[in-house]
Amino acid sequence: MQFDSFSEFLHMGGYAFYVWLAYGVTFVALVGIVTQSVLEHRNLLKSIVKEQARQERIKKSKTKSKQTLIDVSE
Amino acid sequence: MWKWLHPYAKTENAYALCNTLLPWFWAGTCVFLSVGVVWGLVFAPQDYQQFESVRIIYIHVPSAILSMGAYVAMAVAALVGIVWQWRTAFMTMIAIAPVGAVVTFVALFTGAAWGKPMWGTWWIWDARLTSELILLFLYIGVIALYGVFDDKQQAGKAAGVMALVGVVNVPIIHYSVVWWNTLHQGASISKVDKPDVADPMLWPLLICLAGFAFFIAAVSTVRLKSEIVRREMHRPWVQKLVSNDGVSSDAI
Repeated sequence: MQFDSFSEFLHMGGYAFYVWLAYGVTFVALVGIVTQSVLEHRNLLKSIVKEQARQERIKKSKTKSKQTLIDVSE
Repeated sequence: MWKWLHPYAKTENAYALCNTLLPWFWAGTCVFLSVGVVWGLVFAPQDYQQFESVRIIYIHVPSAILSMGAYVAMAVAALVGIVWQWRTAFMTMIAIAPVGAVVTFVALFTGAAWGKPMWGTWWIWDARLTSELILLFLYIGVIALYGVFDDKQQAGKAAGVMALVGVVNVPIIHYSVVWWNTLHQGASISKVDKPDVADPMLWPLLICLAGFAFFIAAVSTVRLKSEIVRREMHRPWVQKLVSNDGVSSDAI
Protein backbone atom coordinates (compact mmCIF):
# COMPACT_ATOMS: atom_id res chain seq x y z
CA MET A 1 0.00 0.00 0.00
CA GLN A 2 1.51 3.31 -1.11
CA PHE A 3 -0.97 5.63 0.56
CA ASP A 4 -1.60 6.23 4.28
CA SER A 5 -5.20 7.36 3.93
CA PHE A 6 -8.00 7.41 1.40
CA SER A 7 -7.86 11.20 1.01
CA GLU A 8 -4.16 10.91 0.25
CA PHE A 9 -5.01 8.32 -2.38
CA LEU A 10 -7.52 10.70 -3.96
CA HIS A 11 -4.98 13.52 -3.81
CA MET A 12 -2.39 11.50 -5.84
CA GLY A 13 0.51 13.58 -4.55
CA GLY A 14 -0.88 16.70 -6.23
CA TYR A 15 -1.49 15.04 -9.60
CA ALA A 16 -5.12 14.18 -8.78
CA PHE A 17 -6.61 16.13 -11.69
CA TYR A 18 -4.44 14.50 -14.37
CA VAL A 19 -4.51 10.96 -12.98
CA TRP A 20 -8.27 10.90 -12.40
CA LEU A 21 -8.94 12.68 -15.69
CA ALA A 22 -6.99 9.97 -17.54
CA TYR A 23 -8.63 7.10 -15.66
CA GLY A 24 -12.09 8.69 -15.83
CA VAL A 25 -12.08 9.31 -19.57
CA THR A 26 -10.64 5.82 -20.19
CA PHE A 27 -13.42 4.29 -18.11
CA VAL A 28 -16.12 6.27 -19.93
CA ALA A 29 -14.67 5.38 -23.35
CA LEU A 30 -14.43 1.65 -22.60
CA VAL A 31 -17.88 1.44 -21.01
CA GLY A 32 -19.23 3.46 -23.93
CA ILE A 33 -18.00 1.07 -26.63
CA VAL A 34 -19.22 -1.95 -24.64
CA THR A 35 -22.69 -0.44 -24.17
CA GLN A 36 -22.95 0.57 -27.80
CA SER A 37 -21.89 -2.89 -29.03
CA VAL A 38 -24.22 -4.81 -26.72
CA LEU A 39 -27.22 -2.54 -27.40
CA GLU A 40 -26.61 -2.73 -31.14
CA HIS A 41 -26.64 -6.52 -31.03
CA ARG A 42 -29.76 -6.58 -28.89
CA ASN A 43 -31.65 -4.16 -31.15
CA LEU A 44 -30.61 -6.13 -34.21
CA LEU A 45 -32.02 -9.36 -32.79
CA LYS A 46 -35.17 -7.55 -31.66
CA SER A 47 -35.73 -6.17 -35.17
CA ILE A 48 -35.43 -9.70 -36.59
CA VAL A 49 -38.00 -11.00 -34.10
CA LYS A 50 -40.30 -8.13 -35.12
CA GLU A 51 -39.84 -8.91 -38.80
CA GLN A 52 -40.62 -12.59 -38.15
CA ALA A 53 -43.84 -11.62 -36.36
CA ARG A 54 -44.77 -9.33 -39.25
CA GLN A 55 -44.25 -12.05 -41.81
CA GLU A 56 -46.36 -14.35 -39.68
CA ARG A 57 -49.19 -11.80 -39.57
CA ILE A 58 -49.06 -11.24 -43.33
CA LYS A 59 -49.26 -14.98 -43.91
CA LYS A 60 -52.23 -15.29 -41.57
CA SER A 61 -54.19 -12.38 -43.06
CA LYS A 62 -53.56 -13.74 -46.55
CA THR A 63 -55.06 -17.13 -45.74
CA LYS A 64 -57.89 -15.36 -43.92
CA SER A 65 -58.78 -13.12 -46.86
CA LYS A 66 -58.68 -16.16 -49.14
CA GLN A 67 -61.13 -17.79 -46.78
CA THR A 68 -63.54 -14.83 -46.88
CA LEU A 69 -63.33 -14.72 -50.68
CA ILE A 70 -64.40 -18.34 -50.79
CA ASP A 71 -67.21 -17.60 -48.30
CA VAL A 72 -68.51 -14.70 -50.40
CA SER A 73 -68.45 -16.66 -53.64
CA GLU A 74 -70.45 -19.39 -52.04
CA MET B 1 -3.94 -25.87 -39.62
CA TRP B 2 -6.05 -25.18 -42.70
CA LYS B 3 -8.27 -28.12 -41.96
CA TRP B 4 -8.84 -26.69 -38.51
CA LEU B 5 -9.35 -23.13 -39.66
CA HIS B 6 -11.49 -23.72 -42.69
CA PRO B 7 -14.89 -24.48 -41.08
CA TYR B 8 -14.88 -20.98 -39.58
CA ALA B 9 -15.21 -19.43 -43.00
CA LYS B 10 -18.80 -20.54 -42.62
CA THR B 11 -20.72 -17.92 -40.66
CA GLU B 12 -22.71 -20.38 -38.58
CA ASN B 13 -19.55 -22.02 -37.24
CA ALA B 14 -17.88 -18.66 -36.67
CA TYR B 15 -20.90 -17.53 -34.67
CA ALA B 16 -20.77 -20.67 -32.51
CA LEU B 17 -17.04 -20.11 -31.93
CA CYS B 18 -17.78 -16.51 -30.84
CA ASN B 19 -20.27 -17.79 -28.30
CA THR B 20 -17.76 -20.31 -26.93
CA LEU B 21 -14.94 -17.78 -26.58
CA LEU B 22 -16.89 -14.76 -25.37
CA PRO B 23 -17.37 -15.74 -21.68
CA TRP B 24 -13.63 -16.41 -21.39
CA PHE B 25 -12.79 -13.05 -22.95
CA TRP B 26 -15.10 -11.24 -20.52
CA ALA B 27 -13.72 -13.20 -17.56
CA GLY B 28 -10.15 -12.33 -18.61
CA THR B 29 -11.10 -8.68 -19.01
CA CYS B 30 -12.66 -8.43 -15.53
CA VAL B 31 -9.90 -10.30 -13.71
CA PHE B 32 -6.84 -8.77 -15.39
CA LEU B 33 -8.14 -5.21 -15.66
CA SER B 34 -9.37 -4.99 -12.06
CA VAL B 35 -6.24 -6.61 -10.61
CA GLY B 36 -3.93 -4.55 -12.85
CA VAL B 37 -5.63 -1.21 -12.21
CA VAL B 38 -5.89 -1.67 -8.43
CA TRP B 39 -2.28 -2.83 -8.28
CA GLY B 40 -1.17 0.09 -10.42
CA LEU B 41 -3.17 2.73 -8.56
CA VAL B 42 -2.71 1.61 -4.98
CA PHE B 43 0.20 -0.81 -4.55
CA ALA B 44 2.74 0.07 -7.22
CA PRO B 45 5.47 2.49 -6.07
CA GLN B 46 5.63 6.07 -7.28
CA ASP B 47 8.27 7.12 -9.76
CA TYR B 48 11.34 8.94 -8.38
CA GLN B 49 11.00 11.68 -11.02
CA GLN B 50 7.34 11.70 -11.94
CA PHE B 51 5.90 10.85 -8.50
CA GLU B 52 2.24 9.82 -8.56
CA SER B 53 1.57 10.98 -12.12
CA VAL B 54 3.37 7.84 -13.29
CA ARG B 55 0.21 5.87 -12.47
CA ILE B 56 -1.23 6.94 -15.81
CA ILE B 57 1.27 4.50 -17.35
CA TYR B 58 -0.97 1.54 -16.43
CA ILE B 59 -3.59 2.61 -18.94
CA HIS B 60 -1.46 4.63 -21.36
CA VAL B 61 1.13 2.02 -22.33
CA PRO B 62 -1.30 -0.95 -22.71
CA SER B 63 -3.73 1.10 -24.80
CA ALA B 64 -0.90 2.48 -26.96
CA ILE B 65 0.69 -0.94 -27.59
CA LEU B 66 -2.66 -2.57 -28.28
CA SER B 67 -3.89 0.23 -30.54
CA MET B 68 -1.14 -1.03 -32.85
CA GLY B 69 -1.81 -4.67 -31.99
CA ALA B 70 -5.48 -4.32 -32.86
CA TYR B 71 -4.53 -2.61 -36.10
CA VAL B 72 -2.25 -5.49 -37.08
CA ALA B 73 -5.02 -7.98 -36.20
CA MET B 74 -7.45 -5.99 -38.33
CA ALA B 75 -4.99 -5.90 -41.23
CA VAL B 76 -4.37 -9.66 -41.00
CA ALA B 77 -8.14 -10.20 -41.16
CA ALA B 78 -8.27 -7.89 -44.21
CA LEU B 79 -5.45 -9.85 -45.89
CA VAL B 80 -7.20 -13.17 -45.28
CA GLY B 81 -10.40 -11.68 -46.66
CA ILE B 82 -8.75 -10.37 -49.79
CA VAL B 83 -6.60 -13.42 -50.54
CA TRP B 84 -9.06 -16.22 -49.71
CA GLN B 85 -12.29 -14.25 -50.23
CA TRP B 86 -13.54 -15.11 -46.78
CA ARG B 87 -16.63 -13.14 -45.85
CA THR B 88 -16.08 -13.84 -42.15
CA ALA B 89 -12.60 -12.32 -42.38
CA PHE B 90 -14.00 -8.98 -43.59
CA MET B 91 -16.62 -9.17 -40.85
CA THR B 92 -13.82 -9.65 -38.31
CA MET B 93 -11.96 -6.69 -39.79
CA ILE B 94 -14.90 -4.33 -39.42
CA ALA B 95 -15.69 -5.70 -35.95
CA ILE B 96 -12.20 -4.78 -34.70
CA ALA B 97 -12.03 -1.31 -36.29
CA PRO B 98 -14.27 0.70 -33.89
CA VAL B 99 -12.73 -1.00 -30.84
CA GLY B 100 -9.25 -0.18 -32.12
CA ALA B 101 -10.32 3.41 -32.70
CA VAL B 102 -11.54 3.74 -29.11
CA VAL B 103 -8.33 2.22 -27.74
CA THR B 104 -6.28 4.63 -29.90
CA PHE B 105 -8.33 7.52 -28.54
CA VAL B 106 -7.64 6.29 -24.99
CA ALA B 107 -3.89 6.14 -25.74
CA LEU B 108 -3.92 9.69 -27.12
CA PHE B 109 -6.04 11.10 -24.32
CA THR B 110 -4.15 9.49 -21.44
CA GLY B 111 -0.95 10.62 -23.16
CA ALA B 112 -2.23 14.19 -23.19
CA ALA B 113 -3.26 14.04 -19.53
CA TRP B 114 0.20 12.73 -18.71
CA GLY B 115 2.00 15.16 -20.99
CA LYS B 116 0.48 18.24 -19.40
CA PRO B 117 2.05 17.80 -15.93
CA MET B 118 5.30 16.22 -17.21
CA TRP B 119 6.07 18.14 -20.41
CA GLY B 120 3.94 21.21 -19.75
CA THR B 121 1.76 20.68 -22.79
CA TRP B 122 -1.31 18.64 -23.68
CA TRP B 123 -0.25 18.19 -27.27
CA ILE B 124 2.78 18.66 -29.47
CA TRP B 125 3.24 17.77 -33.13
CA ASP B 126 6.11 15.40 -32.52
CA ALA B 127 6.62 12.20 -34.47
CA ARG B 128 5.21 9.73 -31.94
CA LEU B 129 2.05 11.71 -31.19
CA THR B 130 1.37 12.63 -34.81
CA SER B 131 1.81 9.07 -36.12
CA GLU B 132 -0.51 7.77 -33.38
CA LEU B 133 -3.08 10.38 -34.41
CA ILE B 134 -2.77 9.13 -38.00
CA LEU B 135 -3.50 5.63 -36.69
CA LEU B 136 -6.80 6.97 -35.30
CA PHE B 137 -7.62 8.49 -38.69
CA LEU B 138 -6.78 5.18 -40.41
CA TYR B 139 -9.26 3.37 -38.18
CA ILE B 140 -11.91 6.02 -38.89
CA GLY B 141 -11.09 5.78 -42.61
CA VAL B 142 -11.60 2.00 -42.63
CA ILE B 143 -14.95 2.36 -40.81
CA ALA B 144 -16.10 5.17 -43.11
CA LEU B 145 -15.04 3.40 -46.31
CA TYR B 146 -16.85 0.25 -45.23
CA GLY B 147 -19.99 2.29 -44.67
CA VAL B 148 -19.93 3.82 -48.14
CA PHE B 149 -20.73 0.62 -50.07
CA ASP B 150 -24.12 -1.08 -49.98
CA ASP B 151 -22.59 -4.36 -51.15
CA LYS B 152 -20.74 -5.39 -48.01
CA GLN B 153 -18.37 -7.83 -49.74
CA GLN B 154 -17.28 -4.94 -51.96
CA ALA B 155 -17.07 -2.72 -48.90
CA GLY B 156 -14.86 -5.28 -47.16
CA LYS B 157 -12.45 -5.36 -50.10
CA ALA B 158 -12.16 -1.58 -50.33
CA ALA B 159 -11.77 -1.06 -46.58
CA GLY B 160 -9.41 -4.06 -46.47
CA VAL B 161 -7.07 -2.50 -49.02
CA MET B 162 -7.05 0.69 -46.99
CA ALA B 163 -6.32 -1.26 -43.78
CA LEU B 164 -3.41 -3.04 -45.50
CA VAL B 165 -1.90 0.16 -46.87
CA GLY B 166 -2.16 1.68 -43.40
CA VAL B 167 0.02 -1.05 -41.90
CA VAL B 168 3.02 1.03 -42.98
CA ASN B 169 2.14 3.40 -40.15
CA VAL B 170 2.64 0.77 -37.44
CA PRO B 171 6.46 0.49 -37.67
CA ILE B 172 6.58 4.27 -38.11
CA ILE B 173 4.84 4.69 -34.75
CA HIS B 174 7.11 2.12 -33.11
CA TYR B 175 10.39 3.55 -34.42
CA SER B 176 9.32 7.21 -34.35
CA VAL B 177 11.10 7.68 -31.02
CA VAL B 178 14.30 6.25 -32.53
CA TRP B 179 14.27 7.91 -35.94
CA TRP B 180 13.38 11.39 -34.82
CA ASN B 181 14.09 13.56 -31.82
CA THR B 182 10.84 13.38 -29.97
CA LEU B 183 9.58 14.74 -26.71
CA HIS B 184 8.15 11.29 -26.14
CA GLN B 185 10.50 8.91 -24.38
CA GLY B 186 11.94 5.83 -26.05
CA ALA B 187 10.63 2.27 -25.80
CA SER B 188 10.94 0.78 -22.35
CA ILE B 189 9.02 -2.48 -22.75
CA SER B 190 8.53 -3.45 -26.39
CA LYS B 191 12.15 -4.20 -27.19
CA VAL B 192 14.43 -7.18 -27.44
CA ASP B 193 16.42 -6.50 -24.27
CA LYS B 194 15.14 -6.76 -20.75
CA PRO B 195 12.53 -4.04 -20.13
CA ASP B 196 13.67 -0.79 -18.50
CA VAL B 197 10.78 -0.77 -16.08
CA ALA B 198 11.44 -2.03 -12.56
CA ASP B 199 9.64 -5.20 -11.52
CA PRO B 200 7.14 -3.67 -9.04
CA MET B 201 5.88 -1.47 -11.89
CA LEU B 202 6.35 -3.98 -14.68
CA TRP B 203 4.02 -6.62 -13.22
CA PRO B 204 0.88 -4.48 -12.92
CA LEU B 205 1.71 -3.04 -16.33
CA LEU B 206 1.82 -6.48 -17.96
CA ILE B 207 -1.40 -7.48 -16.20
CA CYS B 208 -3.12 -4.35 -17.51
CA LEU B 209 -1.77 -5.16 -20.97
CA ALA B 210 -3.41 -8.59 -20.77
CA GLY B 211 -6.61 -6.97 -19.49
CA PHE B 212 -6.77 -4.56 -22.42
CA ALA B 213 -6.07 -7.43 -24.84
CA PHE B 214 -8.97 -9.44 -23.41
CA PHE B 215 -11.15 -6.33 -23.53
CA ILE B 216 -10.45 -5.74 -27.22
CA ALA B 217 -11.08 -9.42 -27.96
CA ALA B 218 -14.38 -9.43 -26.03
CA VAL B 219 -15.87 -6.29 -27.57
CA SER B 220 -14.68 -7.26 -31.06
CA THR B 221 -16.37 -10.64 -30.62
CA VAL B 222 -19.68 -9.02 -29.65
CA ARG B 223 -19.42 -6.77 -32.71
CA LEU B 224 -18.50 -9.73 -34.93
CA LYS B 225 -21.64 -11.51 -33.77
CA SER B 226 -23.70 -8.45 -34.73
CA GLU B 227 -22.02 -8.22 -38.11
CA ILE B 228 -22.65 -11.90 -38.84
CA VAL B 229 -26.32 -11.62 -37.90
CA ARG B 230 -26.76 -8.43 -39.92
CA ARG B 231 -25.28 -10.01 -43.04
CA GLU B 232 -26.99 -13.39 -42.66
CA MET B 233 -30.34 -12.12 -41.43
CA HIS B 234 -32.41 -14.22 -43.81
CA ARG B 235 -30.53 -17.47 -43.40
CA PRO B 236 -32.52 -20.22 -41.70
CA TRP B 237 -29.96 -20.66 -38.89
CA VAL B 238 -30.23 -17.01 -37.85
CA GLN B 239 -34.02 -17.14 -37.99
CA LYS B 240 -33.95 -20.23 -35.82
CA LEU B 241 -31.40 -18.74 -33.42
CA VAL B 242 -33.57 -15.66 -32.85
CA SER B 243 -36.80 -17.58 -32.29
CA ASN B 244 -35.18 -20.18 -30.01
CA ASP B 245 -32.72 -18.20 -28.02
CA GLY B 246 -34.68 -15.14 -27.09
CA VAL B 247 -33.05 -11.77 -27.39
CA SER B 248 -31.77 -10.79 -23.99
CA SER B 249 -29.31 -13.61 -23.31
CA ASP B 250 -27.44 -13.58 -26.60
CA ALA B 251 -25.83 -10.14 -26.52
CA ILE B 252 -23.23 -10.64 -23.80
